[in-house]
Amino acid sequence: MAKLTDHLGRPIVAVTGIGVVTSLGVDKRDNWGALTAGRSGIHPITRFPVDHLNTRISGMVDFLSSSSQGASALTYELAELAAAEAIGQSGISGDFRGPLFLASPPVELSWQSRFAMYGQSDEAEGYARLLAVAHKQNGTDVFSSVMFGAVADRLADRFGAVGLPITLSTACASGATAIQLGVEAIRRGESDRALAIGADGSATSEALIRFSLLSALSTQNDVPEKASKPFSKDRDGFVLAEGGAALVLESLESARARGATVLGILAGCGERADDFHRTRSKPDGSPAIAAVRAALADSGLSDDQIDYVNAHGTSTPENDKMEHLSLSTVFGERVRSIPISSNKSMIGHTLSAAGAVEAAFSLMTMLEGVIPPTINYDHPDPAIDLDVVPHRSRTAEVSAVLSNSFGFGGQNTCLVMTREPV
Amino acid sequence: MSAHDVLITGIGIVSSLGEGAETHWNVLAAGGVEPRIDSERYAPFTIHPLPEIDWSRQIPKRGDQRQMETWQRLGTYTAGLALEDAGIKDDDALCASMDMVVAAGGGERDEAVDASILAASRARRDHEVLLNEKLTTELRPTLFLAQLANLLAGNISIVHKVTGSSRTFMGEEGSGVSAIATAAARIRSGQATHMLVGGAFQTEHPDMLLGYEVGGYLHRGPHAPVWKRKGSAGGGLVSGSGSAFLVLESREHAASRGRRAYGRLVSVAQGRAKRDDLEAAIEGMYAQVQGDDADIVISGASGAHAATSAEKAVLDRHGAAVRAFSTLTGHIREAQFPFAVALAALAVGQGKAFPPLGPSEKQADGTVKSALATAIGYHFFEGVAHIAAAE
Repeated sequence: MAKLTDHLGRPIVAVTGIGVVTSLGVDKRDNWGALTAGRSGIHPITRFPVDHLNTRISGMVDFLSSSSQGASALTYELAELAAAEAIGQSGISGDFRGPLFLASPPVELSWQSRFAMYGQSDEAEGYARLLAVAHKQNGTDVFSSVMFGAVADRLADRFGAVGLPITLSTACASGATAIQLGVEAIRRGESDRALAIGADGSATSEALIRFSLLSALSTQNDVPEKASKPFSKDRDGFVLAEGGAALVLESLESARARGATVLGILAGCGERADDFHRTRSKPDGSPAIAAVRAALADSGLSDDQIDYVNAHGTSTPENDKMEHLSLSTVFGERVRSIPISSNKSMIGHTLSAAGAVEAAFSLMTMLEGVIPPTINYDHPDPAIDLDVVPHRSRTAEVSAVLSNSFGFGGQNTCLVMTREPV
Repeated sequence: MSAHDVLITGIGIVSSLGEGAETHWNVLAAGGVEPRIDSERYAPFTIHPLPEIDWSRQIPKRGDQRQMETWQRLGTYTAGLALEDAGIKDDDALCASMDMVVAAGGGERDEAVDASILAASRARRDHEVLLNEKLTTELRPTLFLAQLANLLAGNISIVHKVTGSSRTFMGEEGSGVSAIATAAARIRSGQATHMLVGGAFQTEHPDMLLGYEVGGYLHRGPHAPVWKRKGSAGGGLVSGSGSAFLVLESREHAASRGRRAYGRLVSVAQGRAKRDDLEAAIEGMYAQVQGDDADIVISGASGAHAATSAEKAVLDRHGAAVRAFSTLTGHIREAQFPFAVALAALAVGQGKAFPPLGPSEKQADGTVKSALATAIGYHFFEGVAHIAAAE
């Protein structure tokens, strides 16, 4: 009888379904093919005019039916596609019958709605006019588009999740937090299974401008697919992107009992908040270091058992420097010989979805025995001495992965995934 | 009794009634309180405004205050009140190992920039170019951070040094229910020892009223207690600015530092019922938390017609003594459930109820050993908690 509990006596949490959508395509096969071929999904923005914008490229998902229907509709579709793929793979049919954890962007009334409402009257000005005509929108999609819980509510209906779905945001670490919440619920014995989704279809012009005003985005517009260049010395910001990913998490016991294929193990989660600054990390990297160490401790693995790091690797000057500092502190000299690659070099930064998308790719790395590359590594940053798996994917036996997610607001969440139960 | 019982050892609350647990109790216990309202600023809608607050009492650095709009300041301030109340505030080790769940929506947009874009939109057709033109030049760069949902938690980490972990749940009242339920479950299972959990809502911005009113939920006309708005114009909900944070702690952890608790969070029921089955769903939650054992119900009823009627039907059937605090504070959205739990814990800690807040609420003169806290979402999601004496 195989072991069903981990080093702390908790139920081992398996992954039995994976779904992914990014600018590279819908589903795992398309994404994995492109990712391991080193193909970029970054392209010129066509969803809205780019007049006056310093950044005119992105990794938006432009090929779905709701791609032009606003952030809520697209976020829902990204989540729905990814979850359907993951649940399909898990072999669970009918209602999902487990809790739902959704990482998704905060919602706001869209400008499209604001303009339309403003045009419905000539009385008063500004917000007073919007307020006066607001009730006329009752019964339309406008209302659900401003409810923070609406996307999860629809997903819970669609998939038959139980209980009150949790919609969460830990900024760019959100996807990892959704997975962590699912892992914790299974470890507490609340459920045999959980559905963790990260989805973000919020790349509006206002979102782009907000990040731009914080100098967070790359402005290397000329060759879009070359703009995201994590760990390069000429990196100048991240590339805003959209995507979705879902994992079916399940106690190993439940997965075995129903004869499901175990795709990997969610062995450990670690987090630590940073109290230094709203957008910058503490200069000594201690919160990120603590998050990596907490994930390792939670998994029961030692640092020398990690074969590959799926980096947060945003391509901002700050992140990549701090991530290098944290990893070299934890792994010491060995950091230079561990393959560390950034999926964001090809798909950009999918924000609320990133932690989930990159967890999905981490699991596939182990399943397929192929490490996706960091592309655009033409001018290595000499201060960041890492094996970033440059340009081309690499065949490798990988049995344990560390995936990092760091976000504005001092959010640091790390996941440790393994091929086999620890 | 178990070492992992979930105790409420700190309360921070702010509403139109004032700030702090003690102030709220004193105001409520005195009885005959008139609601503090403003019916002019956003007429025909009424709101309950924030009281006067000296932000520097909990957010000493001016620089920190400047980085936040009122919503984040309010939450950060109230979190400070809760930490202080629990005796954790300046204990670096306890703050650094403390886990946090914040229930949040979005922050305040720049009203003037939005208005200027809307005004310009009438004279031209290229609205998308107009947006680019205006937003790139007129938006204050750091405003984005003051609007982001998870930056309330981020500011609490910066100002109060709570850094064990930081998670933000979104989704109106449901996010407050999930925040408390998750925090309690983590403590009960040993995944955490002490947690800061709560939320804030600042309604004095037209965008925050818009969020309700595009669903037709706001009450119009003269102010009335939440149970008495059926049949009035509008949707029945009157919003308020307010915030509630709780320190939840395992019995073992509280004992190790000699802290007395207001009460014990016995159980939390939560749901996502279809609105046409709402009454049955509330009945089910009431049974699940053994509602008939409670001496008082602190109701987070919003006044929204359907949800409030369904809750009233269930509570009436059980003959419960009920206090719907939103009659006085307004609906404080993400913070609604934490606020209800805070008042329930206060009543249990005092061992008595406060007087009725309206003509349909009955007297409760006996000892209060346990209390329910409810938040039935004005649109969706609902939760009920049972709080009992700590010992």
